[in-house]
Amino acid sequence: MYELFHQILTGLSQGGIYGGLALGLVMVYRTTHHVNFAQGEFAMFSTFLALTLIQAGFSYWSAFFLTIAISFAGGMAVERIVIRPFHQASALTLVCVFMGLLMVTNATAGWLFGYTMQPFPSPFSDAFALGGFIPAHEAGTILLVALMLLLIYLFFRFTWLGLAMRATAENGESSALVGINVGAMLALGWGLATGIGAVAGMMAAPIVFVDPNMMSGVLVYAFAAALLGGIDNPWGAAISGFIVGVVENIAGAYLVGTELKLTLALAIIVGVLLIRPRGIWGRSFVTRV
Amino acid sequence: MLHILKKLTPALALAALVASQGPAGAQAPGVSDTEIKIGQTMAYSGPASSYGVIGKAEAAYFDMVNDNGGINGRKINLISLDDGYSPPKTVELTRQLVEQDGVAFIFQSLGTPPSTAVQKYLNQKGVPQLFIASGAGKWNNPEEFPWSTGWQPTYPTESAVFGKHILQTNPDAKVAVLYQNDDLGRDYRKGLVDAFGDRFEDIVVGEATFEASDPTVDSQIVSLQASGADTLVLAGLPRPVAQAIRKAYDIGWKPTLYLPSGSSSVSSVLTPAGLDKSVGAVTVGFLKDPTDAQWADDEEYKAYAEWMDKYYPDGDKAEFLNAFGYAAAATLVKVLEMAGDDLSRENIMKQVESLDDVAVPMLLPGVTVSVSPENHSPIRKMRTMRFNGEKWEIFGDLIEG
Amino acid sequence: MSMTIVPAAARSVPLRPATRRWLLAAVLVVALLLPFVLSDFRTFQLTLILAYAIALFGLNLLMGFNGQISVGHGAFFAVGGYTAAILMMIYGVPYWATVPIAAAVAFLVGFLFGIPALRLEGIYLAMATFSLGVTVPQLLRVRAFEPWTGGVLGIVMDKPEVPFGLPINQDQWLYYFVLAFTCLLFALGYNLTRGRIGRAIVAIRDQPLAAASMGVNIALYKSATFGISAGFTGLAGALATITVAYVSPDSFPILLSISLLVGVVVGGLGSAAGMFFGAAFIVLVPNMAGSVSKALPWAIYGLGVIVIMYVAPLGVGGLAQQVMARLRRPASGHGGGKEQ
Repeated sequence: MYELFHQILTGLSQGGIYGGLALGLVMVYRTTHHVNFAQGEFAMFSTFLALTLIQAGFSYWSAFFLTIAISFAGGMAVERIVIRPFHQASALTLVCVFMGLLMVTNATAGWLFGYTMQPFPSPFSDAFALGGFIPAHEAGTILLVALMLLLIYLFFRFTWLGLAMRATAENGESSALVGINVGAMLALGWGLATGIGAVAGMMAAPIVFVDPNMMSGVLVYAFAAALLGGIDNPWGAAISGFIVGVVENIAGAYLVGTELKLTLALAIIVGVLLIRPRGIWGRSFVTRV
Repeated sequence: MLHILKKLTPALALAALVASQGPAGAQAPGVSDTEIKIGQTMAYSGPASSYGVIGKAEAAYFDMVNDNGGINGRKINLISLDDGYSPPKTVELTRQLVEQDGVAFIFQSLGTPPSTAVQKYLNQKGVPQLFIASGAGKWNNPEEFPWSTGWQPTYPTESAVFGKHILQTNPDAKVAVLYQNDDLGRDYRKGLVDAFGDRFEDIVVGEATFEASDPTVDSQIVSLQASGADTLVLAGLPRPVAQAIRKAYDIGWKPTLYLPSGSSSVSSVLTPAGLDKSVGAVTVGFLKDPTDAQWADDEEYKAYAEWMDKYYPDGDKAEFLNAFGYAAAATLVKVLEMAGDDLSRENIMKQVESLDDVAVPMLLPGVTVSVSPENHSPIRKMRTMRFNGEKWEIFGDLIEG
Repeated sequence: MSMTIVPAAARSVPLRPATRRWLLAAVLVVALLLPFVLSDFRTFQLTLILAYAIALFGLNLLMGFNGQISVGHGAFFAVGGYTAAILMMIYGVPYWATVPIAAAVAFLVGFLFGIPALRLEGIYLAMATFSLGVTVPQLLRVRAFEPWTGGVLGIVMDKPEVPFGLPINQDQWLYYFVLAFTCLLFALGYNLTRGRIGRAIVAIRDQPLAAASMGVNIALYKSATFGISAGFTGLAGALATITVAYVSPDSFPILLSISLLVGVVVGGLGSAAGMFFGAAFIVLVPNMAGSVSKALPWAIYGLGVIVIMYVAPLGVGGLAQQVMARLRRPASGHGGGKEQ
């Protein structure tokens, strides 16, 4: 029983990482209807940025927020420079572009920062530990993802900008007609996604450590989470992240064995697509003739 | 058509000539009066790219040798190509090195699967496959593959040492094994099976595997803790080993830890894991860890640091793998010096097989290199070490695996 | 998210049949003579390029003609390679007989995996196939399969001997062996895309709803296309594996899947001849990039893909055909290009 409890808690903290990355995927999908295959690599790059800042003498939290800001701007720049020229291209073309981005980001990080694994600090002191049951950082990660989700909710629900972004995602043409700068909204969506990815990366880093391949193992789990929750639903993605983390751990420990953890994520993906392609909380989509 | 036949005939004749001549000959290909050309495949990209620094360190070591006049007036020209740790690419690039670039031999190519892919080819061609950068036990098979040798201690030898140590110090130990689901992890487990023999089932109370690409091993550690073990043997790359040390400590489990030599670096494994969380860990070593303060005034370390500053300034002095490449390159230089002016492939192999208790810089005190026609596992001596929160302390006698 | 790329092959102005025949014959003669001009190493490299060309052609059937995406075709390459290796080394099946079986097994796996693709748009399929490409190398390590797969160490194979006492060496023989399959499969694939089935496949891509209303069984055709594509790629995997004479889980990293995608894109969506160029690109360019810089080859590679998608979304094959079409019909203003 004690072990099961621990497996669940460990799964939750891993799920926080999956959920964070999935949240970024959903942000991009909502605004531009793309799935950013380079999302994990962007998060990795942001984490290296944070590490560089910390090593340069910044305090953790100043580096944390500075990294989010830079990543936000970087995400907007990538949308403007790389993605915008393809805004009417087919899904196929874009998948190829994202693969290109993935390779460029990964190799550039290796070139700039090297491939040797490096430690990354955690901001959470032992005060966060829930009665010794769960390590401080893991408890902190779960709380932070929840907080991030709340902020996103408030942003979309109560701010003009959030409303405009939702409108753009819903119907770009009509939004343009009511005076919304659609281009800016798309860039903003990318900025948000990259910023969220940066948080996910910085939360993952104390656990998985920092190197150019740190997120390569996470992306498939994030896909599973995003699809399970519904690719256009931020809540669904975050909650599914936790679900995937827990299911992965419990099934790995008791049912299918650790060799098949990744296969389990694949099974979730294929299963969702077969049974309920819009995910648990996603909206159904209609094809227009 | 006639034109083609003309072209064809000399090509066939040449092929027949080459075939009849075989690998024997005076000097190996790639050897001139001024140069020895050698080849290598290395992972500068892909999943094993963290090992790429080995190739860079070796190139930098040969730069130093060349600046000092080379070996018997010959400069070493290392052609190191990126195979991304993908065996088909290794086959292609190795053939390119041997047939196109005409290298004398292959030196320290990385990895078990990539080197397995080319082992048969190189042995059929009679091209030495020297000091393969992999701890697999299979390289020590001179009867079937006389042209291949390993370099570092093999994984099964390392874990067999752990097994013996566990039996000696804690006969009632309850052991948990966490191992990577690849050649490294499986070989490590095999060594334990050998050491524990019939009692393996009784002694080992928990086993768990993980994939090298898994984001964490947290769940496995939780399972192993529940097995009630008091000893934890870790067999994996630096990342999962560091994760395992930290996770075990964080959930309040304090087993005696055994770490593989490749994942025992103070700076890149124990520091990320937490130095305080690694206290009491046991490892076997053969190399001086450049981050270990006890070597700061050591002559060999000073020479190493000087070389890093001069020939490899963008490299990380603290990186264990740089010391690894440095010592491996130094081993090769010894062989080439011994070979003198007879640089045929046969003689190079003969010199390798006559390495007898040769000291190489940056190996731990007492650890030497020995190869014989019967044994192609060059580094067999190791020291057991225990981490005291600051550095690795050598204890016990020199072990010969 | 409509699929709008028009297959280069369908839009290009076909060469006159006689000219085409002569051109093909000339190419074939050159291909037959190459092993006598090239070194053994280059012949071996060319053999690999041919095998990859078949794999790319298979992927292109899916992407260029049917408009579906696969970012995980390395998985089918692996299925084919392992099928050949297991049959050869464990069951003693002669190497040449393993190739069609490998294709059949890969077809089956692809067909089954294609079923979830029935109702879904590109992006979902991309995610699912990417995950498949990441997962398969791990599945090959699973201990339960070790008696067959050889686990992490894979299977070392025997290189095929030259039959009939032919006066050529093993590398040359393998080249002809693979060349024969290349000719066969390209002919097969070409006829497939031109025939009734091919028209249905293209119709599904361009006008799915219209195709359905006209009685095309979309679900069946889509899965079948996926299966055929996987079969081609699996066959290529078998050929490449026999050529390399070794197979292991590390032989099929996700980078292989990405490379295959890159090869199709570079060679040209919907172009058959372009696949040879694409295959040469993915085999040779990483080697060159590697000698330019030890740290950045994949960055250059990735950047190249983005640039190609921008300036020539139909790839080099498509670009060449566009230029040809422009030259032939300068006034029509209908000379190919992206119709978006």
